[in-house]
Amino acid sequence: MSEKHHIIPVWFFVGVLFLVYGVLILGSGLVEWSHPPATVLSNLHAPVWWGALLMVLGAVYCAAFRPGRNKA
Amino acid sequence: MTAILGMLASERLVKMSAVDLAIVVFYFALVLGIGFYLKRFAKTGEDFFLAGREMTAWVAGLAFVSANLGSLELLGWAGSAYQYGILAAHWYWIGAIPAMIFLGLVMMPFYYISKTHSVPGYLQMRYGPEASGLSAITFALMTILMSGVNMYAMAVVMKVVLGWDINFSIWVSSLTVGVYVAAGGLFSAIFNEVLQFFLIWFGALLIPILGLYETGGWKGMVARIQHNFPGQDFTHMWGPMHSFSSNPMGIHWTGIVFGLGAVQAMGYWTTDFLVVQRVLSARDIRSAKMAPIIGSFFKMAVPLIVILPGLLGLAVLPMHLVPASEAHPGDFTYNEVLPLMLARYCGPGLMGLGITALVAGFMAGMAGNVSAFATVWTYDLYRPFIKKDAADSHYVSMGRWCTIIGLFISIGTAYLAMGFASIMDYVQALFGFFIAPLFGTVLLGMLWKRVTRAAGFWGLLAGTTSSITMFLLMHSKSNERWVSLFALSPDAKGLAQDMYQSLWSCVTCVVITVLVTMVTQPRPDAELRGLVYSLTDVAKEEHTPLLHKPFFWGMAALVVLAILQIIFW
Repeated sequence: MSEKHHIIPVWFFVGVLFLVYGVLILGSGLVEWSHPPATVLSNLHAPVWWGALLMVLGAVYCAAFRPGRNKA
Repeated sequence: MTAILGMLASERLVKMSAVDLAIVVFYFALVLGIGFYLKRFAKTGEDFFLAGREMTAWVAGLAFVSANLGSLELLGWAGSAYQYGILAAHWYWIGAIPAMIFLGLVMMPFYYISKTHSVPGYLQMRYGPEASGLSAITFALMTILMSGVNMYAMAVVMKVVLGWDINFSIWVSSLTVGVYVAAGGLFSAIFNEVLQFFLIWFGALLIPILGLYETGGWKGMVARIQHNFPGQDFTHMWGPMHSFSSNPMGIHWTGIVFGLGAVQAMGYWTTDFLVVQRVLSARDIRSAKMAPIIGSFFKMAVPLIVILPGLLGLAVLPMHLVPASEAHPGDFTYNEVLPLMLARYCGPGLMGLGITALVAGFMAGMAGNVSAFATVWTYDLYRPFIKKDAADSHYVSMGRWCTIIGLFISIGTAYLAMGFASIMDYVQALFGFFIAPLFGTVLLGMLWKRVTRAAGFWGLLAGTTSSITMFLLMHSKSNERWVSLFALSPDAKGLAQDMYQSLWSCVTCVVITVLVTMVTQPRPDAELRGLVYSLTDVAKEEHTPLLHKPFFWGMAALVVLAILQIIFW
């Protein structure tokens, strides 16, 4: 039973997911900046700011809940 | 991989780019990795079926909401919002919040103190094997059917958006879920549900943001809807329900309040083991009480990513969507409104995120169903009736095998969902059969010690039988007079009929339970301690700081609920 106290917190996995997705989406948004896709409101460049948001949140969660910090 | 996708693709809404594919593939790899990582922690029965009863209130609360936030929510309710307007939000507000608060404050103490592993397990202790066996069989059947609906809904997404073959989508995603649930049990299911909760929010939130920007805000959206659909009110929640014919659903407010709020919502949120199992995994009674209350705040916000996109679809989509039963080649159905909105606003990267969110929603729903099915089968059917007194490791092994077998059975039920106009009509029909009568049985058992063993069984059976009978009559060839009788109006549509069906089946259950109780002998008080309100000592909260009291936060949730009703009256 004591082994469960060393489980990597679920929040760390949330951070990993967001960090990876943030990098991919932000990168994609920057690549297509001058030639946005043919979607409605593409001029807003949503991938850039949404990807940046995900990346920041992901980095925060990864840092705050990284294995070895003994947080629940 | 690209070649395989090319072979599978036929007509499709969008083309998946390399970054979209990477996002989807990474998600599958991560959830499988989490499942295999957690396998080492799921050794005992309590580990596998109840995640060791060590979840915090926040984890249990998010998993509680996420288990319900499957693809049905994302697709079906967006489709229902397109079909019925903002009335669909009732299923998130009055049709959920009071019931969740009731579960946390009133019923969780009994579930938790009794140390039951499932809702049928509680019935076993309170009434005996007859009521427990009946509810276990009906619940097992319901989870298998629901799992199939989840699969179908996800496959529709894949077909519409990506052009993937439905069979391919069903098998790949279902097997992934089956593997990680069989590996890590409820630990794995809960971890991935929390992951999926965040993914669903951040994958779907862009649609209402960009949609409201395009329409110029709420008022602009309303104006466009009125222009596109003159003469119908899609954007008021209570005003149009003064009569059956004045709203798109054909329902009276009494059906929403009593059929949905008082019976069907209570039945689902307090007795559906799929969601209750997540709360039972909490590490102490205070966490068990707080978990559904925490979940209620997030549940109240879900219409933002589910109902609002459906309404925006009414406003901005260039085509009118149709029921599945009336669709011709080239038409789009109600259930496709969310993928259509996704395709409207999301290019490479964001599309992959949105697709993964939809897939994640499916997986959350399916994982919830298979883990609940495995628990009910193993502990409430297999152990009491087939093989008693086996080692704990035997039941863990049975749970793993049951997960895989249940998965394959539910794949077959996916095709049953294809004939219904709206997925949600199908879901509500299922709930009406089993959940509403079960609520009556559980609630009476918790609050009234006089209810007898025989009454628990016969009341539940009568309620379930009456529900199925009403459903068959309202869908028969001479259905109009039966709809007028049971749903109080010939104008009542599918969801409205289901509400009244739930109401009357619960009433039937209660009446029969009371009548049988009057002529049978109750159990001694000593056998009911910890199971009934008057015979259970529940720890009081007098010395707890106000902000730590579940009661305070429960009341806060109800205040927010009331404010929302006023805003959208």
